[in-house]
Amino acid sequence: MITVENLVKEFGPKKAVNNVTFSVQRGEILGFLGPNGAGKSTTMRMITGFFPPTSGRVAVGGHDLAEDPIAAKKLIGYLPESAPCYSDMTVAGFLGFAAEMRGLRGAARDAAIEKAVGLCFLRDVLHQSVDTLSKGYRHRTCFAQSILHDPDVLVLDEPTDGLDPNQKHEVRQLIKRMGEKKAIIFSTHILEEVEAVCSRAIIIDRGTVVANGTPAELKARSEVAGSVSLRVQGVAVDVVRSKLGGLMVAGRVHANATGPSVTARIFPRDKSVNGELAKAVAELTAKEAWHFDELHTEEGRLDEVFRAITLPDTVQAKEA
Amino acid sequence: MSPDSFRNVWTIAKRELTGYFNSPVAYVFIVIFLLLNGFFTFMLGGFFERGEANLNSFFTWHPWLYLFLVPAAGMRLWAEERRVGTLELLLTMPIAPWEAIVGKFAACWAFLALALALTFPVVFTVGFLGAPDFGTILAGYVGSLLLAGAYLAVTVMTSALTRNQVISFILSVVICFFLILCGWEPVTNLLVRWAPDWFVNTVAAFSVMPHFAGFQRGVVDLRDLVFFGSVMVFSLFSTSVILRSLRGA
Repeated sequence: MITVENLVKEFGPKKAVNNVTFSVQRGEILGFLGPNGAGKSTTMRMITGFFPPTSGRVAVGGHDLAEDPIAAKKLIGYLPESAPCYSDMTVAGFLGFAAEMRGLRGAARDAAIEKAVGLCFLRDVLHQSVDTLSKGYRHRTCFAQSILHDPDVLVLDEPTDGLDPNQKHEVRQLIKRMGEKKAIIFSTHILEEVEAVCSRAIIIDRGTVVANGTPAELKARSEVAGSVSLRVQGVAVDVVRSKLGGLMVAGRVHANATGPSVTARIFPRDKSVNGELAKAVAELTAKEAWHFDELHTEEGRLDEVFRAITLPDTVQAKEA
Repeated sequence: MSPDSFRNVWTIAKRELTGYFNSPVAYVFIVIFLLLNGFFTFMLGGFFERGEANLNSFFTWHPWLYLFLVPAAGMRLWAEERRVGTLELLLTMPIAPWEAIVGKFAACWAFLALALALTFPVVFTVGFLGAPDFGTILAGYVGSLLLAGAYLAVTVMTSALTRNQVISFILSVVICFFLILCGWEPVTNLLVRWAPDWFVNTVAAFSVMPHFAGFQRGVVDLRDLVFFGSVMVFSLFSTSVILRSLRGA
């Protein structure tokens, strides 16, 4: 549904987006990650036709944004970053305006508003002026505007920003449900959101795509992915370290004592072998009759991958 | 203009007009406009002392009255969209940018037309006291409306230039002031003393004053219509160029 090819956006001498290419199919939810100022919003603004790209091409539903912007824009629902609304209108008035701009009239308009208001929990504030709304309500009003016309493509710039934890949960569920039939791109700073909602994630840094894969694939790039964590009680640190180090499948071993317990992290000798390490560690604890209260294989953590990719200098400095 | 375009312009204009009347702006504006009109016409203009059955003392002040009131009415049109960020929302809707520009302009112009229409008691007054030429009065109203439209188009343009309404106001007052002065007799008389005729005429041709004066005399000249029309078209076209450059094209 969305095709982005070699997209470049320059603001004067600064390249905000540099050669970004990706595509999103119907039924996919793409998470857009990156540090502040990485070019996420700029890319989204080009997809929605607000910014014309310096070079490159965006097509939505087969319509080129540069050649046939109106046909492309009809397919898109867009929630801009700051969730702007016309503050001199009521929520109902604002949604009515947005619906009419989308070509919805009469009964179709009322039905669309009714549905969006239900999905975004706006019924209580429907006749309230937008400028008296709290941030969460204003955000959801703008979100409602983006789904009024049941678009095939949704572009959401930080859709859960400024919401309380319950509302965040609701919005995530909503995105997930809608993602079954639409192509959705959303940007976020919250990494657990990506794991909870996205079928694929892109990490963008300084205008370029630095990672593109499923959340599981990205997590596997983590340094700790595949290592085994173990916590045992009443055993000396040195014993734990040497016994674990003696395992055939084990590589490096880190062990620390905290109070009466010892926490150890065992890295596999060969990262490509799955499950062997945890099994060997479990067998060792049984043989030594160690009393352990934690044993699991790390899946890797997205925030660690995110930091490693977007802050390469710091990580290298730490390792040196 | 396709039916779709017409609908989009109408939707935008409707929203803009509702915005005026949802806030005190519209009422404050209309009251001030009518009060000032009365003051200028009857006190400064000496409507009664003249003893003439026409509305010259009414229309004569409009270029000066509009100089401040029209920029005040139009300064928020784009500046506010830019400040709040709704510009992004508006321009990612499936519409052409010119439809938004024309819609906003039309809404504000219609609002100014309403304010102008509410001066109708002055027509009754002059009709009651004497036997005026109603054709001349109608021409005066047409001229006044066109003048307001020209100022408004300039304001729409300056409003797109900035996200600050005050700057937008000041810029449009300055430009409109120039449009008055460059053809105003005291100023052209100054120019005539040292500048060649062609220069004086070129500068004066940009002025709204001679074009507005024709309407006051009851003459609806095609050239005057073309002048006001081209000021509006030029300013609105500049607005579209400004909006495009904002988006970094």
